[in-house]
Amino acid sequence: MTKMITVAPVRKTVTVQASPAHAFEVFTQGMTRWWPATHTILRVAPKAHIIEPRVGGRWYSVGVDESECDTGTVLVWEPPSRLVLVWKLAPDWQFDPNLHTEVELRFTPQGEGVTRVDLEHRQLERMGERAEQVRAQIDSTGGWGAILESFRVAASDR
Amino acid sequence: MAYEIALAALADPTRRRVLEELRHGPRSVGSLAGRLPVSRPAVSQHLKVLKEAGLVFDKSEGTRRIYHIDPKGLAAIRRWLDQFWDEALSAFQAEVERKTREDKERDQ
Repeated sequence: MTKMITVAPVRKTVTVQASPAHAFEVFTQGMTRWWPATHTILRVAPKAHIIEPRVGGRWYSVGVDESECDTGTVLVWEPPSRLVLVWKLAPDWQFDPNLHTEVELRFTPQGEGVTRVDLEHRQLERMGERAEQVRAQIDSTGGWGAILESFRVAASDR
Repeated sequence: MAYEIALAALADPTRRRVLEELRHGPRSVGSLAGRLPVSRPAVSQHLKVLKEAGLVFDKSEGTRRIYHIDPKGLAAIRRWLDQFWDEALSAFQAEVERKTREDKERDQ
């Protein structure tokens, strides 16, 4: 059964007192300095958040113990105006190479030294498909588990 | 509003613990009560609230009711991301403007 679950994209806008080039640079190459420290899937404190500056580049975090955790990849790299990242963190916050949700950033000049940054995190329903898959797997294990359990009970009755 | 109900449901730390447990797989009330420092009736009450908020659903398996995370609780994920990006962009804005200010001061 195919269920269509649609989830509205998350959209955010922020206006910064900087040129698009500067804003783009801080977003992509200065992520370590601003990415919220509370939001990491590393098991240790993060040392750096890195976006490799090219299409296909990795987006990942490095822990103080040099361990690495991927968040996603670079899909569109068009400095200073546009960036699309692929966010591959599943609903259980594990990296899932098959999950594809997009985070698009647009850097639009609003006059001298002012840039509007629009963010859109879309295709969130794909997390739902993933959630459905996870659920189906769990359900099937549960199903088999239940069958084996009744077998065990029946077998132990003797 | 579904959003507000879910938000209120998640405001309770025990209910967040219940959801955390269900993230590892479907569980019965008894199994949940065994993993949490609360009584069975309390767990049932929390599950009722979570169900009404669309965050969990239950299925009968024999005489037991097994609780599962509801993928429609995606609303919760979306809400988490919504808050997350708010926070991230504020931090980003502060950093961009800090750097711009320092650059200007240096140029003067």
